[in-house]
Amino acid sequence: MAQRLKHVDVVTIGVGLTGSLTALELARAGLKVVGLERGAPRFTVPDFQSPAIHDELRFSIRKAMMQDNVKEAVTFRNSSDETALPIRRWASFLPGTGLGGSFVHWNGQTFRFQAADFIYKSHIEQRYGKKILDPDLTIQDWGVTYGELEPHYDRFEYLLGTSGKAGNIKGAIQPGGNPLEAPRAREYPTPPMKEPYFGALFRKGAESLGYHPYPQPSSNLSQPYTNPEGLALQQCVFCGFCERYACEHYAKASPQTVILPVLLKNPNYELRTNSQVLRINLDSTGKKATGVTYADSTGREFEQPADLVLLTAFPLNNVRMLLLSGIGTPYDPKTGKGVVGRNYTYQTTGGATVFMDESINVNPFMASGANGTMIDDFSGDNFDHARLGFIGGQYIGAIMTGGRPIEFHPTPEGTPRWGLKWKQAVARNYNHAVLVQQHGTSTASRLNYLSLDPTYRDAWGLPLLRMTFDFPENDIRMSQYIADKVVEIGRAMGAKSVTRGGTKRPYNTTVYQSTHNCGGAVMGDDPKTSVVNRYLQCWDVPNVFSIGGSAFPQNGTYNYTGTIGALTYWALDAIKNQYLKAPGPLVHA
Amino acid sequence: MTDLTRRFMLKATGAIGASLVSAGACVAAATAQESDASSSGAVRAAPNAQLTTYLFLNSDEAAFVEAAVARLIPEDDQWPGALTAGVPNYIDKQLAGAWGVGERLYRSGPWRPGTPAQGYQLPFTPAELFRTSIDAINKELAQAGTPFSTMSSEQQDAYLARLETGGKDLGGVPSNVFFEHLWECTIEGFFSDPVYGGNRDMVAWRMIGFPGAYASYYDLVDQHGIKINRAPMSIGEGPHGGMHLNPDIPAKLP
Repeated sequence: MAQRLKHVDVVTIGVGLTGSLTALELARAGLKVVGLERGAPRFTVPDFQSPAIHDELRFSIRKAMMQDNVKEAVTFRNSSDETALPIRRWASFLPGTGLGGSFVHWNGQTFRFQAADFIYKSHIEQRYGKKILDPDLTIQDWGVTYGELEPHYDRFEYLLGTSGKAGNIKGAIQPGGNPLEAPRAREYPTPPMKEPYFGALFRKGAESLGYHPYPQPSSNLSQPYTNPEGLALQQCVFCGFCERYACEHYAKASPQTVILPVLLKNPNYELRTNSQVLRINLDSTGKKATGVTYADSTGREFEQPADLVLLTAFPLNNVRMLLLSGIGTPYDPKTGKGVVGRNYTYQTTGGATVFMDESINVNPFMASGANGTMIDDFSGDNFDHARLGFIGGQYIGAIMTGGRPIEFHPTPEGTPRWGLKWKQAVARNYNHAVLVQQHGTSTASRLNYLSLDPTYRDAWGLPLLRMTFDFPENDIRMSQYIADKVVEIGRAMGAKSVTRGGTKRPYNTTVYQSTHNCGGAVMGDDPKTSVVNRYLQCWDVPNVFSIGGSAFPQNGTYNYTGTIGALTYWALDAIKNQYLKAPGPLVHA
Repeated sequence: MTDLTRRFMLKATGAIGASLVSAGACVAAATAQESDASSSGAVRAAPNAQLTTYLFLNSDEAAFVEAAVARLIPEDDQWPGALTAGVPNYIDKQLAGAWGVGERLYRSGPWRPGTPAQGYQLPFTPAELFRTSIDAINKELAQAGTPFSTMSSEQQDAYLARLETGGKDLGGVPSNVFFEHLWECTIEGFFSDPVYGGNRDMVAWRMIGFPGAYASYYDLVDQHGIKINRAPMSIGEGPHGGMHLNPDIPAKLP
């Protein structure tokens, strides 16, 4: 029997990026906020310190910071024709756990989306007509515009101290930045990172072909910075242990470095770790949340009553919680009806390995998580698709984040997979190879969705989330087109050889690609095709907001953390200035 | 010093942690002390290797692993291979530990074969998988009169290639699944930090020029193409608890 606790104003499910941002704002507004984090507490000191943090086996290979599959996995199938089976060990995507969530072990790559991304359906249909879209594609407008989000992007970047060079300030193109970016109000809070050798080699090759290389925006900072919360971040030292690892050094933006010390001191806030939320409780009408039920680390269950429930978990877990709680109608791909789980998207990634002459010491181990040099010439809709037969695009860049050898030991095509010739090729090429990535859009399809698994359960006895996904043919054609461009750039870099990338079907969960899982609880103006309105408020249960990448109707070109931060501040604005004054639906469809 | 450490210290340009050198110096490499063939805890010495105390692999299993990894990443006159790097020791300790018994592995049924895109779907833990597979291999080869470690290098390579291709059932484990596990463990044992029992003397890192667990390259990252000659550094050595940081960058607590 769950023990009923004292009522609070707000409960957040998850204390990562979105959970900490929302909690601080609402605690400051005078509300009593409880943050429920299923994982353990952890802090820069003592938990993220050198030398132990620089352990590739433990963190990259054994996935020490990730969700434990023993307790909670995801089942997967490429299509509804198959039976979904458990992802018994993470590979393709790596859901995190613990205080701070994935925002602890991310790479710091901090982008804004393009203006066209937010009105994607309208934009594509206007520019190319409906005929360019394959029949299964279900792209949508977001219900919010880039212009509305711009001040919130700005606020998020200044919280993190993001390092970069503006390319477009209020319409005026700036030298040294990305001339193709969406306009911004002002410069980045700190200057761009130093450019490693791989970036300089890429820059030269890209420029020779007439492209526009720019420094990747980075929340591993280029110089010491004190953020608006008074928290001091340090200068990144290019240790080469960024993604999968926590930063020992206060140089990577994370809840621990940009907000938690302030949040934890706020008397209106209470953090409870090792607290696994099992469901959001609804009243007898099914239209109002009364709070949540969670289990603590001993397995005891508690009911936490609250007026406002914020779903601030990893995107996949946001969707799962809605399904487990009976909020909204689950999507049925056979009928096309229902919305929860609909428009699940991912990220279309790949890349080439550019083998340089042995006189060129690339030194990939001197790297940070976001110190790439890249081009947007093929991102999104930045190029004319009229005669290409696909929509969407990818950024291209030399974005090496370390030279950790279990994961990185490239050999040219034709090298045997093991044995003496393999070893010799590894020794000859390790320090003379550049990885050039292609990373981009994931188009929504009526075939790809999230649901609850009928067979497999987690350690608490609840159904696992089931993922049904394959790359739409549109995205394959897009990726193959851009793979050719990548090879051209590799050759222009002076490569001895280039192994071509490009995405193929079927999507395979055994190879790491990206942890940018999106959608399933998408935002929009129409309750028939969205789960939340433009303020991320659930249409069906107005005192529940679902905040995160789950809200994306489809995924754009870029890594999504920047946009999630902006959307969080946008939703908070609406919660503080509209919802709290008059609780109830903010949008009447 | 043993052959291993003397030979490869000539290639190193910096000091090696004292703890690793003295461990090697104390060990007599040549004589094997084999206990009962079917028990673990066997202590074995392969040529040019330091003694390994096996906690999980029995003597026959260890003999297969040593011979197999010696073909997967062979020795040459430039650089050592998996055997002298201690990869069998790494594999043994992983199988004996948490990963071997199924740490972080979703282990509930029902069990279905699945598509390649759905990944590993067998009930075996890594320890079970290795034991089942290697015992099946050893049994088959013993019956044929050709234990793996007695084959020529060419025969061993051919046998491993057949395992890799698949189509052979090893007591329930498809041979290609076993091969992938073995290969992945060999890579890990070769390139992981020496604290895990492989990559002895950081020989694999010296081979490729990976500096290891260093923390800072701020002053070097924009010196494009510079050749790094520093000796690699393991988690397990160096200034105790110290970070390799540019002293000009303060690490302040907020």
